[in-house]
Amino acid sequence: MSRRFERYRNILDFAISSLLRRKGKNLSLLAVYTLIVFLIASIVFFTQALKREATLVLEDAPDLVVQRMVAGRNDPIPVTYAEKIAAIRGVSAVTPRFWGYDYDALTGANFTLVAADSEPPAKESIYIGSGVARIMRLARGDYLSLRDARGAPDVFSVQKVLPVNSELVAADLIQIRVDDFHKLFDFPPGRATDLAVSVRNKVEVQTIAAKIAQLFPDVRPILKSEILRTYDAVFDWRGGMVIVVLFVAVLSFIIFAWDKATGLSAEERKEIGILKSIGWETGDVLLLKSFEGMVTSLTAFFTGVSLAYAHVFFFSASLFEHALKGWGVLYPQFRLTPVVDPYLLGVLFLLTVGPYTVATIVPSWLAASVDPDAAMRS
Amino acid sequence: MRNSTIFLTLICSLLLISASLVLHAQVSRAGAPTASNRELVRRLKLSDLCLFTEARYTRHPAMADHHAAFQDHPMALEHFPSGSLVSPPDLRRKAP
Repeated sequence: MSRRFERYRNILDFAISSLLRRKGKNLSLLAVYTLIVFLIASIVFFTQALKREATLVLEDAPDLVVQRMVAGRNDPIPVTYAEKIAAIRGVSAVTPRFWGYDYDALTGANFTLVAADSEPPAKESIYIGSGVARIMRLARGDYLSLRDARGAPDVFSVQKVLPVNSELVAADLIQIRVDDFHKLFDFPPGRATDLAVSVRNKVEVQTIAAKIAQLFPDVRPILKSEILRTYDAVFDWRGGMVIVVLFVAVLSFIIFAWDKATGLSAEERKEIGILKSIGWETGDVLLLKSFEGMVTSLTAFFTGVSLAYAHVFFFSASLFEHALKGWGVLYPQFRLTPVVDPYLLGVLFLLTVGPYTVATIVPSWLAASVDPDAAMRS
Repeated sequence: MRNSTIFLTLICSLLLISASLVLHAQVSRAGAPTASNRELVRRLKLSDLCLFTEARYTRHPAMADHHAAFQDHPMALEHFPSGSLVSPPDLRRKAP
């Protein structure tokens, strides 16, 4: 057992020396390999963490949101609809939601205004998300002027700045009183933006949605499962924008592995010839080459994955920031809760280490199976 | 020192770092602000995460109308070819 182990160690020693002989080439190869693993692992970590966060946080979202559609566009819904919906068996509560957007021409940011009866701010006061506080340079006690429906400024006192760790749901949020919301937007009385419906038995949500659609043909019920599915679709690593980025990364890896697989350098071919002529078996040469591949791929894999973890969870995926910001001026700054999915890491390992090792062995096997003399002369 | 010893030490250290990151993930989950965010979602009856604020359908993708991007299937980046040709108005882009 120990002799066999010693044999493997000797071959490993030789494999590392062989890699170090071509230091420049192999180090650049290791850097490219690590970069590709880093990129793919960053995408996987980022999307998994966002999906998990969306699933957990939106677990408490309304079971059903009922929106009114007029000529294919959303329209304020009459609050009287709420009474009829509340009468449907299985519905536990119907709450009108008042929300909308406010575009700030000075900064170019869009704010989301929400009016709720639960823990409302004082009259003519607001609670603001920390993203709003950051971009408008506001603190508790400061004043924020919003233009009302007639274009006149309405001044609100900042009563509270929501905690920084709530940016994932409330970075651009401004909570306002319902009466102030009506006054600011000249919102039609007796109407709400939409209705949030709570259902006693979650199994019945679909049936209740169908009943609501039947009762009011001009409404669109949105189920919580549809809300969650939207985030699943956007951040699924097998779909959406992610697949485009992932495809580019995987393609670059295939080109890289293909380049490696298409042949050995004359020097490497000569080395194999010499090894065979001094008595190495074809199996030993293959073991040597697979060790060379494993040294590179294992180092690249573990380094790439660790760097990706640090990038996504310690540095808030700063390299993706520009892509995620888009044209948005107000970008939420959030730290994602780390998620390490062993299944995805396993897939990543098989997709990167496996093909690379095979790509290293195949040309070596072809070179090792020819006559040593021919290999040295080639 | 033998090359193999250096390599095995390096791989063991990388494995140890990976294991500590898995442990970090477990520990961070306990102190995550998920519960307070859930409370905010429940209190204000929110339906979306605040990820992209530039347009209605990106700020509230779950509430967007049927003609917005991402609504029909995961590959639906844009419904219409014009989406890749029409840029936002200059006024919107030049905001300070």
